Amino acid sequence: MWQFFHKLGSPKWFFGIANRLMPWLLWGGAVLLLAGLVWGLAFAPKDYLQGNSYRIIFIHVPSAFLAQSVYIMMAVAAVVTLVWRMKLADVFVKAAAPVGAVLTFLALFTGAVWGKPTWGTWWIWDARLTSMLILLFLYFGVIALGAAISDEKSSARAVAVLVLVGVVNIPIIKYSVEWWNTLHQPATFKLTEKPSMPIEMWLPLLLSVLGLYLIFGWFACLRMQTEILTRERRTRWVKELVQAEGN
Amino acid sequence: MAFDSLTAFIVMEGHGPYVWTCYGVFFLLLGALVYWSLLQRRRVVSAQRRDLARAAAGQSAAPRAAVGASFNRVHESQD
Amino acid sequence: MASEARVRLRPAHEAIGVLPAMKAVFLRDLKTAFRQHQDLLNPLLFFVMVVSLFPLGVSPEVSFLQQAGSGILWVAALLSVLLSLDHLFRHDFDDGTLEQLVLQPQPLFLLVLAKTLAHWVLTGLPLVLLAPLLGVMVHLDGNSIAVLCLTLLIGTPVLSLIGAIGAALTLGLRSAGVLLSLLIIPLYIPVLIFGTGTVAAAADGASVGGYMALLGAFLVLALTLAPFAAAAALRISLSNS
Repeated sequence: MWQFFHKLGSPKWFFGIANRLMPWLLWGGAVLLLAGLVWGLAFAPKDYLQGNSYRIIFIHVPSAFLAQSVYIMMAVAAVVTLVWRMKLADVFVKAAAPVGAVLTFLALFTGAVWGKPTWGTWWIWDARLTSMLILLFLYFGVIALGAAISDEKSSARAVAVLVLVGVVNIPIIKYSVEWWNTLHQPATFKLTEKPSMPIEMWLPLLLSVLGLYLIFGWFACLRMQTEILTRERRTRWVKELVQAEGN
Repeated sequence: MAFDSLTAFIVMEGHGPYVWTCYGVFFLLLGALVYWSLLQRRRVVSAQRRDLARAAAGQSAAPRAAVGASFNRVHESQD
Repeated sequence: MASEARVRLRPAHEAIGVLPAMKAVFLRDLKTAFRQHQDLLNPLLFFVMVVSLFPLGVSPEVSFLQQAGSGILWVAALLSVLLSLDHLFRHDFDDGTLEQLVLQPQPLFLLVLAKTLAHWVLTGLPLVLLAPLLGVMVHLDGNSIAVLCLTLLIGTPVLSLIGAIGAALTLGLRSAGVLLSLLIIPLYIPVLIFGTGTVAAAADGASVGGYMALLGAFLVLALTLAPFAAAAALRISLSNS
C-alpha cells in the first residue's frame, strides 16, 4: 500500500500510466457522453411540465455535478499536498482548476438559458444558480492566486490552503444561500428537482455524467502531463521524452 | 424517437433555440478547452526541444542555455 | 551586558508565556496603529462615504432606505474591512517584524490570532460604533439599529479572521489588494447573508435568537480554524520571499 502510494508520487511513473490511460478515458468518455446526449435529446420522453426545454438537463446536471466534485477532488489533493508534500497532488490542483471553472461556467450558462423558457427570465437568484456563481468565484480565486505566485512550491502550497479554506466554506455557503433563498422568494419551482424521474430520463443522464467524468479524467491527465513536463524539464527522462515526442 | 420529424426535432415546440444554444456552447467550450490544453502541451514540448538543441549546440553556450530556460518559463502559462 | 547574554541563552520553553506574548503582540499593534492616525481613520471614512452613495445613487426615499438600509450598511462595512486587510501584515512584513514573529517559540497561530484581534479592535469595532449614526441616516428604526449593531459586533470579527487568511496568502505579491478581494469576497457571503437576514427578521418582528446563534457559530468556527490557516499561509508567504 505505502509503496504504491510513493510510486504514485513519482511524476515519471504517473506519466507512463497516464499515457496508457488517456485513450481509454477520451474515447470511453466521448462514447458515453454522446450516447447519453443523443438518447436524451432525441429519444427520452418529453417532460409533461417543462416540455422539451428540460432536455438541457442532460448537460446542465453533468456540468454542475462535475464542477462540484472537481472542487472536492482538488481539496483532497490539497490535503495531500500539505501533509505529504506529494508533487503530483499539487500538479493536479493546478491542472484541474481551469477545467473546473469552465464546467462551473457551463452549469451557470445552461441554467440561465434553461431559466428563460421555464421562469420567463434569464436569471433568477435561485439557490442553486447562486451557489454555482459563488463556486465560480472560488475557482477564479484559486486560478488567480496560482498565477500570481511565481515560485512553484509556495504557489502550490498557498493554493492548497486556499482550496481547503474554500471547501470548508462550500457547505456553509450552500446552506446559507438556500436559507436566504427561501427567505426572499418562497415556492419558485426548481429546475432539476423532480419528484420521480422515469427511467428513460435518468438513464441517459447517468450516461452523460459518467461520460463527462471520464473526459474530465482525460483533461486532468493531459494537463498534468504538461505541468510535469514543465516542472521536471531538467531531469533526464523528460529530456529523452521531449526528444522522442517531437519527432 | 420522441419526435415525428427532423424539423420537429430541431424546433422542439419552440424550445429549440434554448436547447441548441446550450448544447452548442457546451461543445464549443469543451472543444476550446481541448484545443487550449493540446496547444499548451505542444508549446511546452517545442520550447524544451529548442532549449535542448541550444544546449547541444555549443559547450561555451551552456551557462547561457540555463538562463534561457528560466526565461522561457516566464513565457509558458503555468496554470 | 552579562545579564543580556544570559537572557538570550535561556532555552526556548523558558521564554515568556503564550498569553503574555499574545498580549504583547496585541498591544504593539494597537500602539503602532495609533501612531498613524490616518490609516486608522480611512476605513471609517470609506464606510461613511459608501453608505452615503446609496441615497445619492439609487433613491433617497424613506421606504427604499428602510428596506435596503441594513444591507447597505453591511456591504459597506464588509468593503471597508476588506480595504483595511492589506495593512494587517504588510508593515510587519516590510520591516521584518513578521519574520521574528514566525521564529518565536510561541505557536504562530496564537500570535496571528492576537494580531487579528488587534485588527478587529482597530477597524471592526469602530465600524460597529459608527453604525447607529448611519442607521439613523438611512431611517432604520431603533430596534433594527440595535439588532444591526449586534450582528455587526458578532460578524465583523469573522470578517477580520477570514480576511487574515487572504492577507497572509497574498502577502508580498504585486497587486495584492485586488487579488485579496477576489479570494475573500466569496468567503464573506454567508456572514453577509445571515447578518442582513437577522436585521430583516427583526424588522418583521420575528425572534432573532436563532440567527444570532448561527452568527455566533460562524464566529466560533472562524476563531478556531482561521488562525491555523492564516498561520500556515504566513509561513508559505515568508518562505516565498
